[in-house]
Amino acid sequence: MELTTVWFVLIAGLWIGYFVLEGFDFGVGMLLRVLGRDEPERRAVVTTIGPVWDGNEVWLIVAGAMTFAAFPEWYATLFSGFYLPLFAILVSLILRGVALEYRGKRDDLVWRSRMDWLITVGSVVPALLWGITFANLVRGVPLDASHEFVGTLGDLLNPFALLGGVTFVAVFVAHGAIFLALRTTDDLRQRANRLASGTGLVAVVLAAAFLAWAQSLRGDATSAVVAAAAAVALVVGLVANRLRREGLAFAGTALAIGLAVASLFVAMFPAVMPSTLDPAGTLTTVNAASTPYTLKVLTIIAAIFTPLVLLYQGWTYWVFRKRVTVEPVAVEAEP
Amino acid sequence: MDTLDLARWQFAITTVYHFFFVPVTISLVAITAGLQTAWYRTGKEKYLRLTKFYGKLFLINIAMGVVTGLVQEFQFGMNWSDYSRFVGDVFGAPLALEGLLAFFLESTFIGLWIFGWDRLPRRIHLACIWMVVLGTQLSAYFILAANSWMQNPVGFRYNAERGRAELTDIWAVLTNKVVLVTYPHTIFAAFMVGGAFVAGVAIWHLVRRPGVDTGAFRTALRLGAVIVIAAGAGVALSGDQQGKVMTEVQPMKMAAAEALYESEKPASFSIFTVGTLDGSREVFSVKVPYVLSFLATGHFDGEVKGINSLQQSYEQLYGPGSYKPNIPLTYWTFRLMIGVGMAAAAIAVWLLWATRRGRAPNRLLVWLALPLPLLPLFANVFGWVFTETGRQPWLVFGLLPTSSGVSPGTTSGEVLTSLLGFTVLYGVLAVVEMKLMFRTIRGGLAGTSPAPEPDGPDDADKPLSFAY
Repeated sequence: MELTTVWFVLIAGLWIGYFVLEGFDFGVGMLLRVLGRDEPERRAVVTTIGPVWDGNEVWLIVAGAMTFAAFPEWYATLFSGFYLPLFAILVSLILRGVALEYRGKRDDLVWRSRMDWLITVGSVVPALLWGITFANLVRGVPLDASHEFVGTLGDLLNPFALLGGVTFVAVFVAHGAIFLALRTTDDLRQRANRLASGTGLVAVVLAAAFLAWAQSLRGDATSAVVAAAAAVALVVGLVANRLRREGLAFAGTALAIGLAVASLFVAMFPAVMPSTLDPAGTLTTVNAASTPYTLKVLTIIAAIFTPLVLLYQGWTYWVFRKRVTVEPVAVEAEP
Repeated sequence: MDTLDLARWQFAITTVYHFFFVPVTISLVAITAGLQTAWYRTGKEKYLRLTKFYGKLFLINIAMGVVTGLVQEFQFGMNWSDYSRFVGDVFGAPLALEGLLAFFLESTFIGLWIFGWDRLPRRIHLACIWMVVLGTQLSAYFILAANSWMQNPVGFRYNAERGRAELTDIWAVLTNKVVLVTYPHTIFAAFMVGGAFVAGVAIWHLVRRPGVDTGAFRTALRLGAVIVIAAGAGVALSGDQQGKVMTEVQPMKMAAAEALYESEKPASFSIFTVGTLDGSREVFSVKVPYVLSFLATGHFDGEVKGINSLQQSYEQLYGPGSYKPNIPLTYWTFRLMIGVGMAAAAIAVWLLWATRRGRAPNRLLVWLALPLPLLPLFANVFGWVFTETGRQPWLVFGLLPTSSGVSPGTTSGEVLTSLLGFTVLYGVLAVVEMKLMFRTIRGGLAGTSPAPEPDGPDDADKPLSFAY
């Protein structure tokens, strides 16, 4: 395999890792005020993602940095072209990160309630905008012959992209609910399970529509098979959820997200940013790539350190594998 | 203002703001790890309580560092896409190393450390915070290697056909002589801030809460002061090395730092210089003979090139145009960096003397609690403003002018939106963060619980008071 193809696969892998992992913590964030009815419950809900959300977000940072290093043209066009959505994602992630870290630093219900709102909004907005962004990547955007984005914000907010945004939100809600059912106990666990069933149906319908539309826009037999596999995995996950097989249910939604994102990348390949204008404007794994030397250096680095990262991130999930119980907590209203 | 100016302002504001949190993070995590190691070794409870107290302050601080760091990585592509296209082949590699080696390490082990107090064996839990320390050090090294390449590009060739710099030797980039002197300088400077922060908080408690946890805060005060003094010595020595490298690779920056208009042999160090507004000659100055020659070249009679002769030679090399940075800005930030850094070290010496052999500190010393950490923090900021504006008009020295790096397709309206958005957001967050910091500092060691024993295997997870 060409090194440029290897790096296309690796970067797709980083985005898959990001959406599978941050997908459930976005979902948990969106459900924080829905499933958590009082402070002890909300605290339990936040604690399920407490030790891991920051590490999950690093997948995004590394995906960005690796794209910069391996495909500078892709990084440059994507980040400057999707300027305003990325700005909104940054603002949301900043507010969310600060709120997650600061909510427990004060024993004050008003403070915590405010932080919970920020966590909710900070989870919905990036999920929606990542959906819009990835839908546009597949659909193609107006790029001129020098690979410069010449569209407007309006071009990015087309119906297909909006469906992509809503689909990401719905799938992450179901993924998050299933994660919560897996990680909590008693009443909270039951409610998370029921919520996953209901929201899961919506997610299946939206995901099927979005993936089918994506295939009709750009795709081949391989990407269609991968997309179909994603749909099957999602259905299996939801059936397992009905049967209270929580581990299997989570594996199902995780696999579904991974396969769905993979199908989008497969559909695009060998383009990384198809142009809707001049075909010469299309960025591909070849014309967007760094030199073979740089890709070789990056490959050696990734080959050594990625297994290490997977090992210690996996260990974190093992350390915090026990379910989180709802504990009465002594929190006073501000005097 | 056009897109270029707005993008530059945005980079300056978001980067300086980000760097308010970086030095505290780098040093406070290491100090916290040191305190926890002391507890692990001695079993003394005061070390445990100090670990938890300063650890909580570290967490409040790093949360801001992490989220504002996200902006840094996106910003290269958003506002500086032509820069990204030009340098990505070279500059991307250290960034990728930073993400893969440092950020994963930091974020994962910080989660383990926060939530692992009662879940991990003590030795493993202690190892977790040291892994975070390792992560911050790696992160600092890689990002400084990337920045050093912009000051002194090495290990690359210029591909005229693609119009970009291409990596030929990653080892040369990672062992750039600029990063070898900049890394220790930056780390020592960070420890001045962290040491001063620890000491500043401690002096406030000793004076304002007499009799409450006096023993622990005395330890913290003296530890912090010693760190400031030791790191100050390190800053001075590494800064001296850095001056010599800078004279060699970026002589214009050294000349601008000194407002040295004409070449001198031997050159004098300027205490105070006023130049004409267009920056072409000096009007009045106070100087110490031979000192600049020594700082720049290591010899008392070495020649130091002046701004005007460098301008002439750069015109011959790169074509017509101005190759001078903003001279008043570089001149004053260079001086302020040295001045306020030395003031912090002096305060630390004073505090150590005032609390010698068990003496209780004078009540008036509480007024030093706030300036003590702020002085080295601003020395850090002045240093960065100096070194980055001193590189101008180049984005990558000798290769890419700043004006050629900005995103061609991005509108000034978009950049203005994000500039205003980040500025307002950062302003609000600064208030929230400061209030939370002061609140936590005032709370003192009272909120720190003794170490719980690790859970038995059957217990369900309980939310921890230390965390969320």
